[in-house]
Amino acid sequence: MNLHEYQSKEILRQAGVPVPAGLIAFTPDEAGKAAETVIKLTGTDTIAVKAQIHAGGRGKGGGVKIAKSLEEVATYASNIIGMNLVTHQTGPQGKLVRKVLIEQGIYQPGPSEIKEYYVSILLNRSTGRHMIIYSPQGGMDIEAVAAQTPELIFKEEIHPIGIQAYQARKIAFNLGLSGKAFQQMVRFVQSLYEAYIKNDLSLLEINPVVKTSNDDILAADAKCSIDDNALYRHSELANYRDTNEEDPAEVEAGEHNLNFVKLDGNVGCMVNGAGLAMATMDIIKLSGGDPANFLDVGGGANAKTVAAGFRIILKDPNVKAILINIFGGIVRCDRVAQGVVDAYKEIGNIPVPVIVRLQGTNALEGKKLIDESGLKVYSAISLQEAADLVKRMVN
Amino acid sequence: MSVLINKNSRVVVQGFTGSEGTFHASQMIEYGTNVVGGVTPGKGGQTHLGRPVFNTVAEAVKETGADVSVIFVPPAFAADGIFEAAAAGIKVIVCITEGIPTNDMVKVKHFLTGYPETRLVGPNCPGVITPDEAKVGIMPGFIHKKGHIGVVSRSGTLTYEAVDQLTKLGLGQSTCIGIGGDPIIGTTTLDAVKLLMADPDTHGIVMIGEIGGSMETDAARWIKEHGTKPVVGFIAGQTAPKGRRMGHAGAIIGGADDTAAAKMKIMRECGIHVVESPANIGQTMKNALK
Repeated sequence: MNLHEYQSKEILRQAGVPVPAGLIAFTPDEAGKAAETVIKLTGTDTIAVKAQIHAGGRGKGGGVKIAKSLEEVATYASNIIGMNLVTHQTGPQGKLVRKVLIEQGIYQPGPSEIKEYYVSILLNRSTGRHMIIYSPQGGMDIEAVAAQTPELIFKEEIHPIGIQAYQARKIAFNLGLSGKAFQQMVRFVQSLYEAYIKNDLSLLEINPVVKTSNDDILAADAKCSIDDNALYRHSELANYRDTNEEDPAEVEAGEHNLNFVKLDGNVGCMVNGAGLAMATMDIIKLSGGDPANFLDVGGGANAKTVAAGFRIILKDPNVKAILINIFGGIVRCDRVAQGVVDAYKEIGNIPVPVIVRLQGTNALEGKKLIDESGLKVYSAISLQEAADLVKRMVN
Repeated sequence: MSVLINKNSRVVVQGFTGSEGTFHASQMIEYGTNVVGGVTPGKGGQTHLGRPVFNTVAEAVKETGADVSVIFVPPAFAADGIFEAAAAGIKVIVCITEGIPTNDMVKVKHFLTGYPETRLVGPNCPGVITPDEAKVGIMPGFIHKKGHIGVVSRSGTLTYEAVDQLTKLGLGQSTCIGIGGDPIIGTTTLDAVKLLMADPDTHGIVMIGEIGGSMETDAARWIKEHGTKPVVGFIAGQTAPKGRRMGHAGAIIGGADDTAAAKMKIMRECGIHVVESPANIGQTMKNALK
């Protein structure tokens, strides 16, 4: 589950990671009041107005502005709230901005040079340990840094017993820090790692980490993902879910315990098992179609789940055919076939051809049920037969 | 011969009396697996499915000589189940449970370094089967046939698909290993390939992977250097978008190297018979064996 910047910063603040003072606002009016509070609290003379959506590149898209007065805060907030923000991560359709983070400006000039760094924590799958990735080149696209100056990307793997002080010192040294900023960075990295572990995060990215002109170290931006498998032990974080940021079809699928990912193609599919579902998408592509979705119905494929799957897939006007691919193991194919027939009748008229491929336990009985149903459903036994049917439907 | 499990394996079921454990343990017994008992804390002394129930794995090992365990306990308790099995001296732990938090698996992986004799398969996997000898997992037994093809796969039903194609072409299997779809798993693709490569009764290997991670390319590079048998490979997720989790927690494209196309390219360069279509896995193995 992904979090907004302001939510990520709440988590960081609780773990003792320094972040700029800030408040969330849903209206320009709230934004003004929030700015007054932040100014009173910090004495700052600039306020950052930041669009809160689940996508990077907000600044380039016009979703982040620096205000020098309360009037500017009001103007920027009313421009940004309600805007359709398009960034390289939102796709061309963009995302509606519903709230802004009103935050203390931290780029005021002063005695020390302002600098930006990059720090993130994630799992290293090959070693099964978490690692901190960091770079003195912060504030820019880290993939570009990795491509152009790979020598400026550092990695520090953390032993499962926890981060050691020498590792935090090493990171601060490698970032070229000394004095007060060095001390602050050591604490910053340690508390950042604590926040990552304590909240079962699967990604924590701070880009940039800012060294202010007073040699303070702060997280200027923050991006968090929580390990979905660990959500059960973080009921306090479950409220952070923002379904406005998710595809409505994916939200509906989740309510039916279906694992669904919306794609852009023209052939819908419904499959039991994640690996087979991906393989089915591949077959669709090889047959000249394009998968419209990933949909794993899991081990409990029955009339109810199949009907829900049909409804979700049929919401997409681009879908020209639906392929159901079930390998019956514990799940019996005749039961799934009956489920497809019942779901079809329940929904009424399905405007696109449906191909049902049943293999495994009771596959022949399942095929017979489909063939004798009188419905506009094509049945197949082998994967190749199903692929050939898809080819016929899309051409 | 076979790998990991055979007709002499003495299997204990953790989470024996729960609904999942009960259903699959009875299927395993029906298949002919030597299930010697089960563990459910607090239910020790009872009998379930005609087998003794123990409070601890250690007790089960002491009383029955169990050397293999299969775990059906819920995700919140699964890591603890693995710790307990390893500490009790179980040699092969097969963890079926899906949905274990990654941080728990980081600890498990570290814990197991203290038990070099113990091998974990999974979690989030269908299990391991040596046809006609032992089924330790949830796969449908009847699609398998005894023979000489080893299968290693990150997926459940896609493995069944591949096995079914093999069986229908007359190609039986030595051992099929479902290694699981999570980011951290006990037995990697390479570990499984090494086992099968060393098994004299395995004549060819089917290796089924997915987007995400580098397990398949690690195995491919090893096969290039040390491979002695034909290997057929498939990577699911050629059409998957970047950055989206495709069902399995581990199936997510992070960068340019863990796409299906990148993995298939490296596998091809390492001499693996890569199939584009999952419908051709069986036939390609048949051709490769000629």
